[in-house]
Amino acid sequence: MTETTSDPTTHGVLRGGSVGTPVPHESAHLHVSGEARYTDDIPEPVGTLHAAIGMSERAHARIKSIDLGPVWNTPGVVDVMTVDDLPGANDIGGPVGDDPIFADGLVQYVGQSIFAVAATSVELARRAARKAVIEYEELEPILDIDTALEKKSFVIPTEKMSRGDAPKAIDAAAHRLQGRFRFGGQDQFYLEGHIAFALPKEDGDMLVYSSSQHPGEVQFVVAHALGKTAKDVVVECRRMGGGFGGKETQPALFASIAALLASRTGRAVKIRPDRDTDMVMTGKRHGYRVDYDVGFDEQGQINGVEFEFASNCGMSADLSGPVNDRTMFHADNAYYLDNVSIISHRCKTHTVSNTAFRGFGGPQGMMAIEWVMDEIARYLKVDPLDVRTTNFYGIGERDVTPYHMKVEDNVLMDIVPELEKTSRYRKRRREIAGYNESSEWLKRGIALTPVKFGISFTATHYNQAGALLHIYSDGTLQLNHGGTEMGQGLFTKVAQVVAEELQIDISRIRCTPSDTARVPNASATAASSGSDLNGMAAQAAARTIKGRLTEFAAQHYEVPADEVVFANDAVRAGDQQVPFAELTHLAYMARVSLSSTGFYKTPKIHYDRATFSGRPFYYFAYGAAVSEVEIDVLTGEYRVLRVDILHDVGKSLNPAIDLGQIEGGFIQGMGWLTTEELWWNAKGELQTHAPSTYKIPVVSDMPEVFNVNLLRSGRNNEPTIHRSKAVGEPPLMLAISVLHALKDAVAGIGGHQLSPHLGAPATPEAVLMAIGDLNQRLESEKEPAGVA
Amino acid sequence: MSVKIEVEVNGTRHEREVDPRLLLVHFLREELSLTGTNVGCETSLCGACTVKMDGLTVKSCTQLAVQADGASITTIEGLSPEGELHPLQQAFWDEHGLQCGYCTPGMILAAEGLLAVNPSPGESEIRESLKGNLCRCTGYHNIVKAIQSAAKGGA
Ligand code: FES
Ligand code: FES
Repeated sequence: MTETTSDPTTHGVLRGGSVGTPVPHESAHLHVSGEARYTDDIPEPVGTLHAAIGMSERAHARIKSIDLGPVWNTPGVVDVMTVDDLPGANDIGGPVGDDPIFADGLVQYVGQSIFAVAATSVELARRAARKAVIEYEELEPILDIDTALEKKSFVIPTEKMSRGDAPKAIDAAAHRLQGRFRFGGQDQFYLEGHIAFALPKEDGDMLVYSSSQHPGEVQFVVAHALGKTAKDVVVECRRMGGGFGGKETQPALFASIAALLASRTGRAVKIRPDRDTDMVMTGKRHGYRVDYDVGFDEQGQINGVEFEFASNCGMSADLSGPVNDRTMFHADNAYYLDNVSIISHRCKTHTVSNTAFRGFGGPQGMMAIEWVMDEIARYLKVDPLDVRTTNFYGIGERDVTPYHMKVEDNVLMDIVPELEKTSRYRKRRREIAGYNESSEWLKRGIALTPVKFGISFTATHYNQAGALLHIYSDGTLQLNHGGTEMGQGLFTKVAQVVAEELQIDISRIRCTPSDTARVPNASATAASSGSDLNGMAAQAAARTIKGRLTEFAAQHYEVPADEVVFANDAVRAGDQQVPFAELTHLAYMARVSLSSTGFYKTPKIHYDRATFSGRPFYYFAYGAAVSEVEIDVLTGEYRVLRVDILHDVGKSLNPAIDLGQIEGGFIQGMGWLTTEELWWNAKGELQTHAPSTYKIPVVSDMPEVFNVNLLRSGRNNEPTIHRSKAVGEPPLMLAISVLHALKDAVAGIGGHQLSPHLGAPATPEAVLMAIGDLNQRLESEKEPAGVA
Repeated sequence: MSVKIEVEVNGTRHEREVDPRLLLVHFLREELSLTGTNVGCETSLCGACTVKMDGLTVKSCTQLAVQADGASITTIEGLSPEGELHPLQQAFWDEHGLQCGYCTPGMILAAEGLLAVNPSPGESEIRESLKGNLCRCTGYHNIVKAIQSAAKGGA
């Protein structure tokens, strides 16, 4: 049984695709017919070459010598290049400049790029790239967080955020718990892997098609690598086959290599690493170790808490600064922490440099506090939901975050009690307790966890967007903005905004590819901000043209401007009505400009990184989920029986797309915490680099019952685009409920008395080990009693 | 060395000289420019490259072009006559059974394979039979709904 519902006032009727309606994805007809063009589908000019990258086979080593002779001698090879052949900067754009295109004497992870080959076919290029003879002088690699901490190996300095006096409050508290736990990283596993296709143009210019969430950054990296400037490079992306953060900084490597080889050979060059190479070479979600120390009272209310985070950043800084900052910003999740201290170490290891992934450090912060909530509840032997509710942010009181921002839009008490009721949480918890008493080999568990996620880029200057809107004299439109389409439905939502503004049918609008030549200096499509930023920019552009059309119609029909009304794909001027296309034609004949840019910058946000205080987020998105699972005590295998979600998307721009984001985000988060395990061997080689060993959720892993609802009363307090809220990332963290339900099920073995030692990913093996560990602890608890 | 093959794809016969190592998916994409069949893993695990060969669903990254000699193949482009949509295509569109769309052609062909042998599958049968097709975006919820709705409509 499955069911989804949404706001009944906006569901059902298509009012020509205006906002609030469940318009299908703008490319759906192309997706289903196979006509949607991804980068690999773009027809190749005659003579197109294919590139492959020669990778490091060592985690940490000095390169003593490279013999590229055998590479050159491979049939079909047209060009080979190393760092020595670079005309420009050897830098793929990280903030610290520690991410080279080609290794320069030193390799720092298995899979690092050392040289590149261009050949007449993909297969020949890939084969040639394996033929270099490289001599290494091995250096000691650091492969895990513990060793990095011990050796003080960091990509950037440790940060600390605090409010109140945590040590004092913990000391004074009635109860105290301390502990450590760990959770792993996650591969983005976009179904379309990385790809770039570079075409040399006249005068040394370069056109690059890149599967990228940030074409603007690719443009700059490519330009600098070629020793050129931004004006010489155009980067375009119509759509990605998934991104999830993995195509934020990572595409720059592939794009610059394609462009470099294209510039050298004068031929088009495409590079598409295979899945295994993609997984070995590109950054992932950061894995963490978390230490906590918490003091609390009889009700489980936290008096003081200290967190010490240490994340595996890999070999370079990349986005690790802002990712780890976001962990610190979300270590409170939905809870008021009066006395709190949060330390964040950004560990350098000789593994691939970790990067953005949906949630961007936020999930890891939330994991920490949710873990603590669960531990407190088990210690006090109360329902974890009660401990959570006790600690929720208040309204008008207990509402300041650890970074001194006031929480002004708290809807937790609209969401959680309703979800508790509709999911029958209390009743089911009792039923589960009964079931577990009578069932020896199958145990069930349930958990409700909330999400409060801050919306805005924490780098303030990223919170800007541009749009470009053309209306043609036949009444059709081309819409462009700086956002990219990776499946999340951004183009659809922004088109809805423009359709709404001009009251026209959405079929008049063509969404054109993200293109650095159309909208300059665009931010990455990330931080869930796509429709917030680009929707507003497109609305501004539409309003400008609408203003001109209104003025023109007022003059033309000799009515006051306020009697010009756009409605139903037409324009009324006094008592006359003209079809939209007729008005645009008349306006064109009267020499009215029908093209405009639009610009938006998020107001209110400011933030002082030195003191970790300010308002880094424009607003928060909220949600909550209840998950129920059943584990097999003998094998550790489990099933997710039922999930209920209630999520706040403000006033939804498109309920169908929003529900899809919630469902997809949840399942992706579930994968992170359950089946997806990244495993490196002692040489620093990633062993889970293909879907054979790296298990993302498949259809049979779906919850058997999956009830997803939007908060009916949802409305953004802030004047965002049509009062909607961002939805890309927040739902991923709803899946934290699955991990806690699994812990609850394991705890069911001891009558829900002891807290299981179960980190993430909670693979069946990990669950089995947690069961063994719990059984042992139960035994040793019994023993002293037996002796006495 | 190349081998001559004759394959019928979407109703049209093609004769080509191919490298015996050429994978069927590359034959379709590069030789015939049928780029609706996507490549996700090249190791027969993701299902993005699913096509129909002589009535059976196969992953075209696990077949050689020469194995298709004499066979009749249907790709997403040939699932419905020009300008029309197969009920599954329509259902994936209507039920929002897609986001980035990269898995969609393979999903639809795998679903078509299921409905061919089991015209009204239950939810658990759909889940069981689509295990070989990965989707990273949708969480599968709407994919299952789309297949159910196409089945109800008599796909
Ligand atoms: S590309 Fe064939 S199964 Fe993945
Ligand atoms: S829609 Fe993106 S992989 Fe399925």
